Amino acid sequence: MQQIIVSGVGGQGVLFITKLLAETALEQGYSVLISETHGMAQRGGNVISHLKIADGGSVEGMSSPLVRPGKADVLLALHPDAVKAHGFYLKPDGTVISNVPDSEGKHSLNASRIAEDLGAPIAANLVLLGFAVGSGALFCGAEQLEGTLRRLGGKRLELSLKAFRAGAGEALKSRD
Amino acid sequence: MTTRKILLGNEAIAIGLVESACTMATSYPGTPASEVLGTLVQIKKEEGLPLHLEWSINEKVAFEVALANSFAGRRSAAIMKQVGLNVAADPLMSAAYTGVKGGFVLVVADDPGPHSSQTEQDSRLLGMMAKVPVLDPSSPMEARDMLPQGFALSERFEIPVMFRPTTRVCHARQDMEMKPLSPAHSIAQFEKNPARWAATPKFRLVLHGQLNGKLAEIAEEPSLAPKLLNPGISTPPHGSRLCIVASGVVLAHAMEIMRDLGLWEKIPVYQVTMPFPLSPKFRDSILAQYDKVLVLEESYPVMELQFQNREKVQGRTTGTVPSAGELLPERVEDILRTFAQLPPAPRVEPPTFPGRRPTLCAGCPHRASFYAIRKAFPKGIYPSDIGCYTLGVNLGAVDTVLCMGASISQAAGFYHAYRSVPQEEAPAICATIGDSTFFHAGIPALINAVVQGARFVLTILDNSTTAMTGHQPTPGFGSTLDGTPVPQLSIPELVKACGVGFVEVEDPYKLDAFTDLLKKADLHTRSEGGGVAVVIARRPCIMDRNQRGSWVRQEMAVNEKCKACGLCVKQFECPALQSQGEKEPVRIDPALCTGCGVCRFVCPHGALEAVSSTP
Repeated sequence: MQQIIVSGVGGQGVLFITKLLAETALEQGYSVLISETHGMAQRGGNVISHLKIADGGSVEGMSSPLVRPGKADVLLALHPDAVKAHGFYLKPDGTVISNVPDSEGKHSLNASRIAEDLGAPIAANLVLLGFAVGSGALFCGAEQLEGTLRRLGGKRLELSLKAFRAGAGEALKSRD
Repeated sequence: MTTRKILLGNEAIAIGLVESACTMATSYPGTPASEVLGTLVQIKKEEGLPLHLEWSINEKVAFEVALANSFAGRRSAAIMKQVGLNVAADPLMSAAYTGVKGGFVLVVADDPGPHSSQTEQDSRLLGMMAKVPVLDPSSPMEARDMLPQGFALSERFEIPVMFRPTTRVCHARQDMEMKPLSPAHSIAQFEKNPARWAATPKFRLVLHGQLNGKLAEIAEEPSLAPKLLNPGISTPPHGSRLCIVASGVVLAHAMEIMRDLGLWEKIPVYQVTMPFPLSPKFRDSILAQYDKVLVLEESYPVMELQFQNREKVQGRTTGTVPSAGELLPERVEDILRTFAQLPPAPRVEPPTFPGRRPTLCAGCPHRASFYAIRKAFPKGIYPSDIGCYTLGVNLGAVDTVLCMGASISQAAGFYHAYRSVPQEEAPAICATIGDSTFFHAGIPALINAVVQGARFVLTILDNSTTAMTGHQPTPGFGSTLDGTPVPQLSIPELVKACGVGFVEVEDPYKLDAFTDLLKKADLHTRSEGGGVAVVIARRPCIMDRNQRGSWVRQEMAVNEKCKACGLCVKQFECPALQSQGEKEPVRIDPALCTGCGVCRFVCPHGALEAVSSTP
C-alpha cells in the first residue's frame, strides 16, 4: 500500500493531480481510496487530497479514505506552505516533493518558475508531478503516468505534456 | 467484460439512484451533496434516461415536488445537505405521517467538521424526530449498494427513507465495478385518498399510530439487521467482554486502525447500517453479551441514546467520544486505544501553522462589491448570507452570516433596533445576498422588510449562477437542465414586485460608479417616503464556463509609484496581489491575475496601472 498526500492551495490543480495518480493506479490493477477537499476551502485556502493505493481487490488493511498523521509515504507539496500545513502526515522516512522558490536538495524544485518559463504558469502542478515520478518516489513510472495524462489531458494537452516532461527531466538532472 | 471505474461518493450515489429505478430527483445545491444531481444530469444525457431532474428553488420545494411523484406511485429522491433539511423539515415531518407510494428516498449529506457548513448537526436525529428509518453508508461503494435497499424498504412500508452519507463518503473516491444502466419505466397513477393524503388532525392521529407500527416492524427487518464483521472471536477468560458498535465512515476508520493495532482479532465489531430505528432485539442481545460497548458514530449520539444504558455503553454521553468536531482517524485511534487499554499512540502534533484562509478568487466581482460597500459605508452594519460571498468577511464587509436568506431579515431587524437613534447617528445598514440565495429564501424576507417599513440598502450580488457549489443554474437562467426554454426570471422585476421603490443595476467592475450608486441608495433609505433600496451588482462569476467573460482584459503592472504601503494587499485582498516583504513593491502574480483591472481604482498612489487591454 502507498499512501500519498497531495497538498496545495485552491486553484493549483490538487484534484487533477490526484485524479492522474488514481487513474494510473487503477490502470495497473490497484484499488484506490481517496478523500478530497470541495466547497469553500477550494477558494484559495489550503487544499489536500488523501490517496491510498493497495493491491487490487484487497480491502484488508484499507477501508478509511483518510491518511493518519505520520503514515504518508509521499507528500506532494504544490505550494511552499504545503509542508508547513500538511507535513505532519508524513511518516518519519517518507518523501516530500515540494515546489519552492529556492530549491534545495534533490526533492525540491521551483516548479512554478519552470511552468512560467514554458508559458503555462497554471501547469506548475504537472511540472512537480513529473519531477516526483522522475525521482522514483511514486508507485508508478513516468510512462504510465504520461499515458494517463494523454487520456485525460483535455484541450491544453501539449502544454501539459511539456510541463510534465520538464519536471521529469529535472529529476533526471538532479539524479546525475 | 466488467469495467472498473473510480467514482466520487456522490457519483456512486447518483448511479445507485439510477440502479434503483428512480424516476425523479430534485435538489438544491449544497456542499457536500452538490455533485449527486450534477452526475444524474450527465447520466441522463449520456444514456437518454427518462428521468425528471431539477435544481429546485430550495430544499422544501425540492422535497415536495419529489414527494408528489412518489404519491403518484413512482420512485423519487430529494437530495440536499444537512442544513437544507432544516428548510425541508416541514414537509419531512408531515410526509412521515402520510407515508409514500412509490419509493421515496431523502438523500441528506452531513458535514462533520464542519468543512463547508454552518453546523455539524446530525440529520439522523431529525430522522428520529420525524420517525423515518435512516440508512448510514460507510463508503462510496456501500452507498451505491444501499440505495436499492432503501427504495425497497420505502415502498414496502410506504414510508420516506432517509439516506445519510457524510462528507467523507460524498467526497471520497473509490474504484468499483460498472454495470450497464437501464431506464426505469413507471406510469404515474395517483390514487385519491383524502383521509391519508389530505388528512385532518383527527386522521393524523390514526396515521401516527400506523407510523409507530411501521417503525416497530422496520426495526427488526432482517435484511437491515446489524452485522458482526469479524466473527469467531472467543470470549476472553478474564476481564471485561468488549464490543464495538459503529456506523458510517467512522466504522471504516475503525476497521483499518483495529487491523493495524491487532485488535481486529480481539474485539467484535458490529456494523449498523440503519442507526434508526435501532433494533431492540439487537440492543438487548448486545447488552446481555458484553460488559463494555463502545459506540462509534457521527456526529451526535443517535444509536447511543437508543441503547438507553449508561452502565455499559460508552460514547458521547460518557465523554469517551468527543462531542464536537469530525471523528478523524487519529481521534478514532485514541478512542480505540483507551477502550482496549493499549498505551497511547505516539503523538504526531500538527504544526501550529495557521493555514491560508479561503478567499474570493482573483477577479471575483464580489470583491469589488465589498470594497465599494466598505468605501461607501465605512461605519455600516453588514448582514450577509450563505455563498462564496461569505468570504467578504475577509474584506471587513460581512458582519453576520446566519442561514439562507437571513441577510435581508436581519437587515430589517437591525433597522428596527436602531430606529430610536437619531437618524444622523444611525449606522448605514447594507446587506449582501447572492442571486441564488435571493431566490431560495430572500424573497419572503424582502417582502416582509418592505411591508414592515424597514429601510436599508440591499446589494444583490448577481453573478447569474450558484457559484460556491459548482455553478448550478438559477431561476434567472431561462432554461431547464435539458435546455428547454422556460421563463427567465428578472431579479429587478421581482424586487419591484416586492414593493421596493429603488432598484438599480450596475457592474461592480466599474468601482467608482458602483460606489456612487450605493451612496445614492443610502440617501433613498433616509429620504422622506423612502424605504428599502436595492442595488443589483451584476457581473458573471469569473469561474463559470457557461457564461462568457465580457470584460476588457487589462494587462496590469506595478509602476514605480508603489510605496509598499500594503493597502491593496490588506484591504482589497486579491490573491494575485502579493506582498514581497516590507519596503518591497507589491507583485502581481501572472498565474492568478485575471485582468479585471479593479485594483487600479484601489491604489491611492496610482501604482497599479493597466499597461494594455484586450477585449
